[in-house]
Amino acid sequence: MSWNRKHLLDIESLTAAEIMTVIDTARAFKAVGKRIIKKVPALRGKTVVNLFVEPSTRTRISFELAEQRLSADIINFSTEASSFKKGETLKDTARNLEALNADFIVIRHGASGAPHFLSRVINASVINAGDGAHEHPTQALLDAFTILERKGKIKGLNVTILGDILYSRVARSNIWALKKLGAHVTLCGPVTLVPKTFEQMGCRVTYDVDEAIREADIIHLLRIQHERQRKTMFPGINEYTQLFGLNKARLAKCKPDALIMHPGPINRGVEIDSEIADCGRSLILEQVTNGLAVRMAVLFLLNGGKGPQEIAAS
Amino acid sequence: MPESVVILDAAAIQRALTRIAHEIAERNEVGAEVALVGIPEGGVPLAQRLGKILAEIWKHAVPVGSLDVSMHRDDLDQHAAPKVYPTVIPFDVTGKTVVLVDDVLFSGRTTRAAMDALNDFGRPRKIQLAVLIDRGHRELPIKADFVGKNVPTAREEKVSLRLTEDGAQRDEVTLEKK
Repeated sequence: MSWNRKHLLDIESLTAAEIMTVIDTARAFKAVGKRIIKKVPALRGKTVVNLFVEPSTRTRISFELAEQRLSADIINFSTEASSFKKGETLKDTARNLEALNADFIVIRHGASGAPHFLSRVINASVINAGDGAHEHPTQALLDAFTILERKGKIKGLNVTILGDILYSRVARSNIWALKKLGAHVTLCGPVTLVPKTFEQMGCRVTYDVDEAIREADIIHLLRIQHERQRKTMFPGINEYTQLFGLNKARLAKCKPDALIMHPGPINRGVEIDSEIADCGRSLILEQVTNGLAVRMAVLFLLNGGKGPQEIAAS
Repeated sequence: MPESVVILDAAAIQRALTRIAHEIAERNEVGAEVALVGIPEGGVPLAQRLGKILAEIWKHAVPVGSLDVSMHRDDLDQHAAPKVYPTVIPFDVTGKTVVLVDDVLFSGRTTRAAMDALNDFGRPRKIQLAVLIDRGHRELPIKADFVGKNVPTAREEKVSLRLTEDGAQRDEVTLEKK
């Protein structure tokens, strides 16, 4: 056990031991979801603000349910119905939320570094639920948890991340987590979306998709982030599907025990063949289940006070 | 280096468990209604040992589970987050007499958390408490039904149980003076 952090801002600054602490804790919280009574009182009396300045459905719902299962009080704050439209700054919004005695702020923001900024100006614990193209730490933690559950290890595994890497915070957080836990990471996608600079993070970069997935134990697919890119990054969706989409013919040439992951939302028939998305080797729905457990674990760990973990015996 | 004294050795631990098992059997005449639930870490192997002794007394298997209490603690924001252990309760607790098993009874707060946590799994007919060591300093109105040994301690002293199940060389309970 090692956890002495107040915020979860990124994976880059975590140690391998800290990542494992979250995963070990998540394992216990996953079991809570299988009980008849799925709620525990760990965050009773604490207030969590979900500050989603960028639209999100699955991450927001996952955080909300995690907070409810820990018995926290919840305030939801989204762009459409917020004072951002009226010109209030992020800092002022956060200060106002803090004036309501919020203990946690879960923030999704289009600007990279927004959660880090927030953590410097307020007292509440800040959880990054995705900041621009920078990081999405809980996604990487749930992905690592899912791989560990299914493969029993991460060290030494070949993980290929396929798709829009450049604009993907999921890719960045996953690369940090996987490298820290000892996996071999290969990146593949259109040249314009997978710059060679990612080699500096310790990854292998290739543009030949068949070669990229041949030896992979995990094939991690990413959606094309239309909302974040300029239209000129590649010629068209059909060409992308032809060149990089995961279909049955491609999968047949992979290792027979290679597993498929996707952070969602999936675009059936674009980056992934519809049949493959539903097959037994797809972990997509398992990722959703584990995401809930990981977010409960993160909130539980951040709720811990300062000082040693020692608790008066019995 | 703090001074450490062995207050129970392997033989004394085994004797205490045998006596507790007989007391449980005496108090609960219908063994079929009794289940043991250990509180991690120390209470879990103790519950398993008690289960084996009781199975010999009653001539039938006694259900044994483990119950994590960390999510129900009342001091979660005062310490770094505690380790969360698995909860395994492979039986219905409703209507049963559940004997909670812990290694050391101190403030009583773990026992309170355990009773709360157990409630999420059903409504036991009775809850009883068995501990290997009662070291005093209660902060809640909680009292053990079965005690291996009463050990007067100072608040800042530390009582630790080591068992071979957890990889220790031999079973022992030590008192560490500050």
